[in-house]
Amino acid sequence: MEMGWRWDFTIEILPQMAIATLNTILAAGVGYAIALVVGLFFLLGQRTPFRIINWINREIVEFIRSTPLLIQLFFVYFVLPQFGITLSAWICGMITIGLHFGTYLSEVYRGALEGVSKTQWEACRALNFSTLYTYRRIVLPQAFPIAIPGMGNYLVGIFKDTPLLSTIGVAELFHAATAVGGYNYRYLEPYTLVGIIFLTLSIPAAMWVRKLENDVNKAQGKIKK
Amino acid sequence: MNEHGVTLLLGTVTTIKVLVCSMILYVIISMIFGLMRLSKNLAIQGIATVYIEFFRGTSLLVQLFWAYYVLPFFGISLEAFTAGVVALGLNFGAYGAEIVRAGILAVPKGQWEAAHALNFTPAKRIKRIIIPQIFPIILPPAANLTVELLKATALVALVTVVDLTFEAKQINSITWLSAQCFGTALLIYYIIARFALVPFLRWLEVLAARKVGKERI
Repeated sequence: MEMGWRWDFTIEILPQMAIATLNTILAAGVGYAIALVVGLFFLLGQRTPFRIINWINREIVEFIRSTPLLIQLFFVYFVLPQFGITLSAWICGMITIGLHFGTYLSEVYRGALEGVSKTQWEACRALNFSTLYTYRRIVLPQAFPIAIPGMGNYLVGIFKDTPLLSTIGVAELFHAATAVGGYNYRYLEPYTLVGIIFLTLSIPAAMWVRKLENDVNKAQGKIKK
Repeated sequence: MNEHGVTLLLGTVTTIKVLVCSMILYVIISMIFGLMRLSKNLAIQGIATVYIEFFRGTSLLVQLFWAYYVLPFFGISLEAFTAGVVALGLNFGAYGAEIVRAGILAVPKGQWEAAHALNFTPAKRIKRIIIPQIFPIILPPAANLTVELLKATALVALVTVVDLTFEAKQINSITWLSAQCFGTALLIYYIIARFALVPFLRWLEVLAARKVGKERI
């Protein structure tokens, strides 16, 4: 086996890796979209006035948050067929990522809602606004900027967890690298390329999130003045 | 099912070993790089920044596979367990370094100035004044990170470390009792996190708070 970096091989596998990168981005995007919605449901469960629902909701969130995503993936992928539900690896992956990160996002939402000061609610009550109107026009516009940094961080987090999908056979970047590496008995270039691609995508994303965070902080500083 | 129970238990022991080893490694790394990040020497600061950005920017799984499958190309062959612990330690060390950095910055400036005024040497200033005070600040986020670490140890199964996840997968491929074996594995992780790791970390938090005379409210 030839040692050292081989450029011809790198260039040969590059198109394949580029297509797989698109799949990774797609997986991250779809997973994130599902997680955003799932997070809302967990948030609802947290804020309903029924104690039992609150409690069940909290236990579910705790359970999902403190167990590994990898085994959750296996669980969904292998267990659902036992109950006669056969889903493709893609769908299983998206459901699991959506559920897993949905629990994290529900915490972000909760933190943001609690970040809106109580007096805002009291003022709205004094003005006789309905609950819905209060949420829509007063609370949510103030909570959203607080939630942005956390939401951004989990977008990057999901992106970095997509390689796990390769374990159940979703053809994303890492899966492609393993396949190419196994076919050619060379893992140096494929895995290094994966690392480089991840760096070039996630560092700008992280910087963008940090900029958003700064902007939000500045904007909030302005509100306080 | 009995024999499989023993197998899962052995896997759990390996998981705990991986957890403890990578925990020690990541705590040391985050201390060193957190301090380096705040160094006035631009070269030292640059090294720390590159390290942190690199390990936070790439996926843990990629780093694991790199450590296990690519390093042999450079003549460094690590055992699966070592590769797993090293990759976990380096990855979480990068996140931990940021926590340490934020913790040091959160110590009030007056403490630095007072230590300076009392003519402490820089090393003594860090060791005796600043470090004891950062623990109550960094422990809560570090506790979250450590639970993440426990979850991340599952990934070492993919580089053939025979841990809980590996065993669960193995049993699944023998018996096809997926719900039982993955369900049990999930429960074991949950129990370790909820009833061992988190109480331990809370205890550390209380201890650290007491040490600097801050009782938890």
